[in-house]
Amino acid sequence: MRDAVVRTLTELAPQHPEMLFLTGDLGFGVVEKFAARFPHQFLNVGVAEQNMSGLAAGLALEGHSVFTYSIGNFPTLRCLEQIRNDICYHDANVKIISVGGGMSYGPVGMSHHATEDLAILRSLPNMTVFSPGDLWEAAEAARYLVKQKGPAYLRLDKSAAKLNPREGEAFIPGKIRTVQEGLDVTLAATGGILGEALRAAEILAGQGIRSRVLSVHTLKPLDTATLITAAKETGGIVSIEEHNVDGGLGGAIAESLMECGVVPRFFSRIGLRNTFSSVVGSQQYLRNVYGLDAEAIARAVSAKLVRAVSSVA
Amino acid sequence: MMATEREMEFAAGLVNLAAATADTRDLAKKIRQHALRMTNAGGGSHIGAIYSCADLLAVLYGGTLRVEPAAPQSPTRDRFVLSKGHAGAGLYAALAERGFFSLDKLATHYQDGSELCGHVSHELPGIEVSTGALGHGLSIATGMAYSGKLKSAAHRVFCMLSDGECDEGSIWEAALFAGHHGLSNLIAIVDFNQLQGLGRTSDILRLDPFADKWKAFGWDVREVDGHDHNLLQQTFAEVPFASDKPSCVIAHTTKGKGVSFMEDTVLWHYRTPRGAEFEGALAELEVA
Repeated sequence: MRDAVVRTLTELAPQHPEMLFLTGDLGFGVVEKFAARFPHQFLNVGVAEQNMSGLAAGLALEGHSVFTYSIGNFPTLRCLEQIRNDICYHDANVKIISVGGGMSYGPVGMSHHATEDLAILRSLPNMTVFSPGDLWEAAEAARYLVKQKGPAYLRLDKSAAKLNPREGEAFIPGKIRTVQEGLDVTLAATGGILGEALRAAEILAGQGIRSRVLSVHTLKPLDTATLITAAKETGGIVSIEEHNVDGGLGGAIAESLMECGVVPRFFSRIGLRNTFSSVVGSQQYLRNVYGLDAEAIARAVSAKLVRAVSSVA
Repeated sequence: MMATEREMEFAAGLVNLAAATADTRDLAKKIRQHALRMTNAGGGSHIGAIYSCADLLAVLYGGTLRVEPAAPQSPTRDRFVLSKGHAGAGLYAALAERGFFSLDKLATHYQDGSELCGHVSHELPGIEVSTGALGHGLSIATGMAYSGKLKSAAHRVFCMLSDGECDEGSIWEAALFAGHHGLSNLIAIVDFNQLQGLGRTSDILRLDPFADKWKAFGWDVREVDGHDHNLLQQTFAEVPFASDKPSCVIAHTTKGKGVSFMEDTVLWHYRTPRGAEFEGALAELEVA
């Protein structure tokens, strides 16, 4: 996703001289080409995320369209007050790119796991939150952010669902992307774990369960209309996120449906439960450990469906 | 380097400077009087921190800053960031006196429905950014200054810090950046009253050798008496002190300056002037 986004920014930089790309001294092997081609639109601020965020706000107030870039929690939680006060309160045109969503940086340890960022960032007023599920969504979100004004967060995952856009498909910010139709259950995923959701849907299909798979690439604003339809049309909603479930995608879906008075037949949140991962392993290994892989998702969904059906009977 | 308009004005003779100084002294007095009434009426605090920088604000808004009250967003304006946002009442008073908004507005400070919150708010004309959480302003000002360099713009960016605020690591992140990039259009002014939240800066977290720290970070530093209008005007007229460095003015000040019983006490960081204390302070300011 990272490469797709940097490619998009590189493509658009010449037409957008107001665009500036700030990195907190990360992006080895990724940002060099951009830096070489657009030295006046690139700035390595050093390992100083608080200053990067405040600096970005100051630049944005002067008319620049600023991207900040770093890993995991560094451009988000480390400098949260700068994001809240300096960027969001001033509605400054700053887009925060964090690479390593969820447990992308699996083996390096919990410091590099971004597993609360969605909950925290989406709670900030004026903030738009993108968490793309495949390379196309990541690139399209970046394309949108270059042109769009105001604070935004773009969470990039190392993994990505292997999908291609349909012929003529347009990326609509703030609109959930239905990647597969089905009526028995809705699997709503955000981020690269969309790939696990799609594989879980295949396993469930083998059991005769037809899943609707949604990619919630925009967590804020949330596309409530598509969720209401899913709640009404399908047998239940399962949220899937590589993130602690408190306040994340599942929380966001529950909030919006409850407020609209729409209750799905069943609702389940798949994600980390009050957990920091201290286990060493790849992103895939950690997904297996924490029940976030396709098989575990399929098992959880079919168990829920059985219970939902038997409680109706 | 070309002399600034202000420098040429000063070069024209000390007569101008003397007249300017009288004006800024009058402005400082008015800032102190307004701030006293505002904190009294609103039940506010931080009067000591406002008084320590009242002379600095008066000199800045009395001629140093190239700002246009009628065009607060003019692209050529000098930017001023009050990073010690708790001195908001002082800045509101300076701006109202300069005509950025009506003096009547000052009476709404701290009141229900007002735009004049205790910590400075960008909802008001003439205020670049809202602050209040310490350690934020210098990074924002640095971003503005970096933008100015990118655009080869002539305006300057001034940022006022408190000394206690320099406990924040983010100040030094910004200082390092500004020094590295030689942002000569950036001027940090530290209101060095040597008192912070619970006591003396020297007891709580030592800043000395303070000027050396800024120098080591790549800044050109001047230390001045932060209540000497004449000296402040001359000092600000000479920025940038070096053509390839940001400038730092360490203004030695007295917290609560101007009211005898408020001077150099931590108490008046928090206390609301009421009753006899309010009246006494008002009387002292009147004869000053």
